[in-house]
Amino acid sequence: MKHNTTPTSFRRNRNPLTWLARHVQNALASLGRLARQPLPTLMTTAVIGIAIALPSGLYLLVDDVRELTGNWDGGSSISLFLTDGIDDRKAAVVRDTLARRSDVGDTRLITRAQALEEFRQRSDFGEALDLLDRNPLPAVILIRPAPFASSAADTERLAKELEQYREIALVRVDLQWIRRLEAITHTLERSILVLAGLLSTAVLLIIGNTVRLEIQNRHHEIEVIRLVGGTDAFIRRPFLYEGLWYGLLGALIALLLVTLGLGLMQGPVQHLAGLYASEFRLKLITPGTLLSILLGGPLLGLAGAWLAVGRHLARIQPE
Amino acid sequence: MIRFDNVAKRYPAGREGLARVSLQVKPGELVFVTGHSGAGKSTLLKLIGLLERTTRGQVWVNKRNLNRLKARDVPYHRREVGMIFQDHRLLADRTVFDNVALPLVVAGMGYQEIQRRVHAALDKVGLLDKERSQPVTLSGGEQQRVGIARTLVSKPPVLLADEPTGNLDPKLSREIMELFLQFNQVGVTMLIATHDIDLIQGFGKRIVQLHKGRILYDSGAVT
Repeated sequence: MKHNTTPTSFRRNRNPLTWLARHVQNALASLGRLARQPLPTLMTTAVIGIAIALPSGLYLLVDDVRELTGNWDGGSSISLFLTDGIDDRKAAVVRDTLARRSDVGDTRLITRAQALEEFRQRSDFGEALDLLDRNPLPAVILIRPAPFASSAADTERLAKELEQYREIALVRVDLQWIRRLEAITHTLERSILVLAGLLSTAVLLIIGNTVRLEIQNRHHEIEVIRLVGGTDAFIRRPFLYEGLWYGLLGALIALLLVTLGLGLMQGPVQHLAGLYASEFRLKLITPGTLLSILLGGPLLGLAGAWLAVGRHLARIQPE
Repeated sequence: MIRFDNVAKRYPAGREGLARVSLQVKPGELVFVTGHSGAGKSTLLKLIGLLERTTRGQVWVNKRNLNRLKARDVPYHRREVGMIFQDHRLLADRTVFDNVALPLVVAGMGYQEIQRRVHAALDKVGLLDKERSQPVTLSGGEQQRVGIARTLVSKPPVLLADEPTGNLDPKLSREIMELFLQFNQVGVTMLIATHDIDLIQGFGKRIVQLHKGRILYDSGAVT
């Protein structure tokens, strides 16, 4: 018998159709195994679902708050008090000039006469005003920054630039509360990020542990498969699919929980908004969030399963 | 087909499995490996199936040096070396059909071909009517025949059996051995480890006797 120094290579199955068929088969078989133990599966996926739903729901809420900040009626509007000598015609020209700026959204001109009228209606000094021989109020232009430039920093920069105009005597912008609100949303966003990180790790560990238990339960089967020539990939595959399914089912439960939770809050929130004469509504779910939950869940599942498989499968060898 | 060059195997606990064993088995040969328990019969077979690696020396199977075989090639090697055990190693939660089909499923064979081959293998061991049964409902002899069918189904050129008749009565043992002799006639190279010398002496096949990890006697040694 001739002994080659280099081993002749083994015949490997590389038919893509066989490969695809095996994956479909494995995916369905793993799903079937989960379906045969409905209660444990439901409990595991519910835990995963809650862990995913919590940061997702909070994120959507904060997103709503941030949007609210941007749309707040008059929230970040800037009042421009024109210099004394500007008459209505000139004021209109100034208004048109400002309106042409790309970082300026709505503009509204309050002429001196209008200002006086408004003041008369809204205050008790109406009669006192009649005593004056001339209108003491300046014309005012109210502007709102364009939506893309409505942050505190942008608004402040805009205000600085407007101060340079000769026709403008005084720029008043109340940034304090915008800054605070921005700081609050920023803090919330950061804490949601931390929470999401922690809960993702939890999901990873839950799925990893579930898959580890499954590997232990099927210890004998893995040994036998190795014995008859099953490759690592073959042995790994059903467990990876199991993780994937756990992640996907968890993500679906999370979507359900988020929609349900935000739906329950819709009524009170609308009532609250109504008290502020706002039409604000919570948006139940955004396409971006939907996509990241539906992709993130299965990815986490796959990663968790991979962790367990990498650590435990190699140790199971036939004797 | 199989060659051992000065092979030694020492287990981590210090126990010696094999000590300087050299052996050659020609293609299509059937060799009975005998000896007391602990003589090294199982170790010899495990080294061929790569359930263990040698401590010293080299093992060649089918022109391949097993010492140089990479871990990722081990599954493919095992597809060429069928193994049968005293405890059958069947999967209790699967039918006889699924158990026998496993090596073919693992190799990625199509379902029609699997069905054809599994039926042929079950027919050979006389268990065609049991394909839908669970292994636990079968007798010890029948379970062993399922194990044999599982090995045959992928038509490996080398077949190893470690005490295949260990738990069976003499009549069943004889039936199982005769089954092996049939397969050997179609050219499968076989090593069968057994302590039952009475059973194998009448077959007129090569007998290798191990004692304390060394070859004590070889009826067909190549000199």
